[in-house]
Amino acid sequence: MNLDALVLSRLQFAFVVVFHFLLPAFTIGLASYIAVLEGLHLATGRAVYLRISNFWIKIFAVSFGMGVVSGIVMPFQFGTNWSRYSDKVADVVAPLMAYEGLMAFFLEAGFLGVLLFGRKLVPRWAHFFASIMVAIGTLFSTFWILVVNSWMHTPAGFSMVNDRFFPFDWFEVIWNPSFPYRFMHTVTAVYLTTAFAVTGIAALYLHRGRFVEESRAMLAMGLGLASILVPLQAVLGDLHGLNTLHYQPQKLAAIEGIWETRSNQAMVLFAIPDESAETNRASIEIPGLASLYLRHSIEGRVLGLRDFPRQDRPPVLIVFYAFRVMLAMWATMMLLTVWGWWLAFRGKLFNTHLYLRACSWAIPVGFIAVSAGWVTTEAGRQPWVVYGFLRTADAVTPNLTGGDVAISLALYALVYAVVFGAGVYFLFKLVKAGPAGLHAPPQAGMTQRPARPLSAVDAA
Amino acid sequence: MAIDLVPVWTLILGLAVFMYVLLDGFDLGVGILFPFAPDDHARNLMMDSVAPIWDGNETWLVLGGIGLFAAFPLAFAIIIPASYFPILVMLLGLIFRGVAFEFRMKAHRSRFIWDHAFFWGSLLATYAQGVLLGSFVRGYEVHGRQFAGSIFDWLQPFPLICGCGLVFGYVLLGATWLVTKTEAGLQQWARKKARLALFGVIIFMVIVSIWTPLLEPKIAQRWFSWPNIAWLAPVPVATTFIAAWLWHSLWSDREGAPFFAAMALFLTGYCGLAISVWPNIVPHTISLWDAASSAKSQAFLLVGTLFLLPIIVMYTGWSYYVFRGKVRGDAGYH
Repeated sequence: MNLDALVLSRLQFAFVVVFHFLLPAFTIGLASYIAVLEGLHLATGRAVYLRISNFWIKIFAVSFGMGVVSGIVMPFQFGTNWSRYSDKVADVVAPLMAYEGLMAFFLEAGFLGVLLFGRKLVPRWAHFFASIMVAIGTLFSTFWILVVNSWMHTPAGFSMVNDRFFPFDWFEVIWNPSFPYRFMHTVTAVYLTTAFAVTGIAALYLHRGRFVEESRAMLAMGLGLASILVPLQAVLGDLHGLNTLHYQPQKLAAIEGIWETRSNQAMVLFAIPDESAETNRASIEIPGLASLYLRHSIEGRVLGLRDFPRQDRPPVLIVFYAFRVMLAMWATMMLLTVWGWWLAFRGKLFNTHLYLRACSWAIPVGFIAVSAGWVTTEAGRQPWVVYGFLRTADAVTPNLTGGDVAISLALYALVYAVVFGAGVYFLFKLVKAGPAGLHAPPQAGMTQRPARPLSAVDAA
Repeated sequence: MAIDLVPVWTLILGLAVFMYVLLDGFDLGVGILFPFAPDDHARNLMMDSVAPIWDGNETWLVLGGIGLFAAFPLAFAIIIPASYFPILVMLLGLIFRGVAFEFRMKAHRSRFIWDHAFFWGSLLATYAQGVLLGSFVRGYEVHGRQFAGSIFDWLQPFPLICGCGLVFGYVLLGATWLVTKTEAGLQQWARKKARLALFGVIIFMVIVSIWTPLLEPKIAQRWFSWPNIAWLAPVPVATTFIAAWLWHSLWSDREGAPFFAAMALFLTGYCGLAISVWPNIVPHTISLWDAASSAKSQAFLLVGTLFLLPIIVMYTGWSYYVFRGKVRGDAGYH
């Protein structure tokens, strides 16, 4: 066992997965939004929906392309850096991942070309159909990858033979205890990410007096979706939290910053958790509140971290702060939603510049929230890779050295910096250009026959 | 589970890997040919010919990788870590070329960067895949359920030679693809490059065919013992005929034949590889049956695969159909 290879492999996995996840976090919602816009255009015939759709299709093309190439890296990580994990759990998780490929990746790739460049080549209904297929593909992908992820948090439906995992009930494997909560919480989160990106960009245009008709529609749609999903997310997050309390009590204790097991447990608003002294410093607390929302009674007992052996505790600092970052992002979304409704009732939604600027600054809130939520749940699962059954330290490829992984990590970091940097630059360029007119549908720059995923940017 | 699913999964995985080699093979080949194109307009046409399908083509790589993971996990847990650096190079190459030929059109001053990225990404990814293939044929040092060799075991003459061979192979696929998708001057240029690539492919096929049985006595025995030699003789014979047919079609004015002949050439090479390593999935050490996942895992995935694969082929076919015909530029080449 080489500690360096383990630490660096974890760092590498965290790096490639977080950068990859930023893209689907955006494109899952965007695919659904584009399908809705295409449907609205087909039903009402209003040109504004077509202009908005064409604009977002270009953004989608760039984001999706980066998502594809950074996603191809992921399955190979399991083999290169986590070969013992692969050997032990493949019988359970690999078929689930294969279903993601078969149901989602091919569906997305197969209909993407038609969605991006087929508007003039196929009937209108076929183009709408393609947009729906791409959207369904992204949701299938979310479903299966979260089945795998949830199973690693709350493994079920398997038996252990010779230290390896074998399935005995696929229904239990798929509908493992945390999956329904994680799935609903994540889908809502990625839809919110898209909603606030759309709202923010619309607000940016309105603030500068550009593309007014399109921006009003986008802002109204984004805010409308947020009005339902932001409150809903509070309920779903609470349910997911209770699920974590039941199945992963030490993760929940780390999230809440609770060290001592007791009733009348306080809610820690802020603190500096000290892992060696097993206590919080500079904490701001509300007495009894944690017992109230976790056990629905002031008298409810909540387990503290001291009740778990040190080698079974997650890294408290990361989990504790990442969770609070996520909550702060939710609070920002809630504030913007309530403020938006208040302005809408007074008829000032589209011309309150302070609000429009606030919305445009809030474009990244969803991205920060999903990344922070992801860090909370994954760091909170440590030191296990399959919770309670396989430690992360026992999962790493045995013959790797720290030097090997340092080289690969440095190369990934370099390549992602260049590729993501360029991608973001082109996204900025597209946003700056804005929704084009009705007569400028996306098309390939150099050829008559439109033929290039991502080259939708050409029309910008 | 009474039925042995291992042969079924061997076929499915074999098909997925072969689909990947053919499909991404031709678009990687186009990437390698890219900087040698006669002019900038030709380069635009070349990119446009593969652009609507490249991500669909690469999806077969994901299916091949995850299919190996799901159906033969022990092989995945040995081959993939043993190929740590070739896989790293392949993935980074694929990233660069994937975004490169997408970003190229939007860039103005920085366009030369993406031209380079497209070429080098395609070349490195191809070469790394050839190295992977070569070290696969050589086999891996295995202890228990783990790879026990050094992470640089692939750094041997045979894998490095296989890398060169695959570069010529993909260029052949790419050039013959361009023959079907382009016209006039560019098509003539593609025919010329295809002939050159075919020349390279034949040389490397001969080298690899002689070298492979020398690597491992089991392989020599497989091919040269009686009566195997009689049963297997059609493989090299067919290869020779296909190469001759391909050479001939490149001098004729037929547009589809060269691409089909190049694919057929890959098929015979692929069969030769399968014959050499059968019945092992980790060559010379671990058989398909020893590496297989449990019958329950294989059965669960098979149900969906048999239902979904035909649907995938249907809508992928539809997408190819929508973007059928010659790639047309707004000027030249008429």
